[in-house]
Amino acid sequence: MKIVLNGEPQEVEARSLAALLEEAGISGRVATAVNEAFVPSALRSRHMLAEGDRIEVVAPMQGG
Amino acid sequence: MGLVLAVAAALWGAGWALGVPPKSRLTVLAGLFLLVLALQLVLPAGHPLRTATGGSPAPWLLLAGFAVLALLYGRWVAGLRARADASGPKPDAPTGSFSEVELDRYARHIVLRELGGPGQKRLKQARVLVIGAGGLGAPALQYLAAAGVGTIGVIDDDVVENANLQRQVIHDDADIGMPKVFSAQRAMEAQNPHVAVRPYHRRLTPEIAADLFADYDFVLDGSDNFATRYLANRVAVAQGKPLISGALTQWEGQVSVFDPAHSGPCYQCIFPEAPDEALAPACSVAGVAGPLPGVVGAMMAMEAVKVITGAGTALRGALLIYDGLYGETRRIGLKRRADCPVCGNNDKG
Ligand SMILES: [Zn+2]
Repeated sequence: MKIVLNGEPQEVEARSLAALLEEAGISGRVATAVNEAFVPSALRSRHMLAEGDRIEVVAPMQGG
Repeated sequence: MGLVLAVAAALWGAGWALGVPPKSRLTVLAGLFLLVLALQLVLPAGHPLRTATGGSPAPWLLLAGFAVLALLYGRWVAGLRARADASGPKPDAPTGSFSEVELDRYARHIVLRELGGPGQKRLKQARVLVIGAGGLGAPALQYLAAAGVGTIGVIDDDVVENANLQRQVIHDDADIGMPKVFSAQRAMEAQNPHVAVRPYHRRLTPEIAADLFADYDFVLDGSDNFATRYLANRVAVAQGKPLISGALTQWEGQVSVFDPAHSGPCYQCIFPEAPDEALAPACSVAGVAGPLPGVVGAMMAMEAVKVITGAGTALRGALLIYDGLYGETRRIGLKRRADCPVCGNNDKG
């Protein structure tokens, strides 16, 4: 399945958002959005991805 | 009588030619007047000197009366003019009215349809607290002050360091070693003397945060650590005040307006827990491109102007991500988390 992860087109095996994070090697406390809509971490394993989805993974930053 | 007036005119003219001040010349004329009046009263009627100087005291007294009237009128007009000057606009009038200088300064705001005079007045009456006078605080503070935000608080416990000056443009080389809040205060007051700046040279702690936030309409968070970010969020949510949050690392920055009392999530809805230090290092470790805090801090000031005036749509329920390395801006929608420990039991929004 083709998706866009943080602006980069990718071919992935994962079906759910949680699986995608695992496949992409993204761990830790990040915020996620699919097609510009926020998906809380508790809903990631239930959130199924579709062809062409745009996934944004946002890490909190502390710098000021 | 004509002879005396001719003498008086000659005396006045001579005095003017010699540069005698008007007050001294008036004194000479008053002396001449009194002398002539005495001649009229003392000498018998028909005396040649009395006849030559008018023949009777009446016209002289009449003349004196007119002179007094003219003098009083002049004083009255001067008094009116002085009162008009005194009641005119003064700089920093606490009433929220603007001086001519301020109207001219904010003219580019006042012509904007979304701001206008009422918007500028709201800016002047606004009280905004900025956490951090560093990378994000520097441009945010400068633009808030320049835009005419009337009361600006700034809290930071750092002093200006040489390594700050690659990006923290509010501070100068000569400020190294000075507390950042005082350096920032001086820069803001020099740029715009029509705003009040309140510096707090200390760390934002749970002990003081609630009292401090209570003095302000809302808060800009440009702090440099997660502990302060979560604290600022908790206190802002508890007081129902918007939190304009900016953060950055290396080439990338984030901006959002967290205002669950109005709409959208709080900071902790989106980032429930601080990541490990290794995954979100501080600027001193990770580095930061000099202009990046300028971009993100100015965006925070822009959100502040919108939150104050109600112009346009502030970034409530949205996170703007600016990626300076590739010149990209992405925006994602945000939602409240029902189980958020900070704003979860808030039914609004
Ligand atoms: Zn929340």
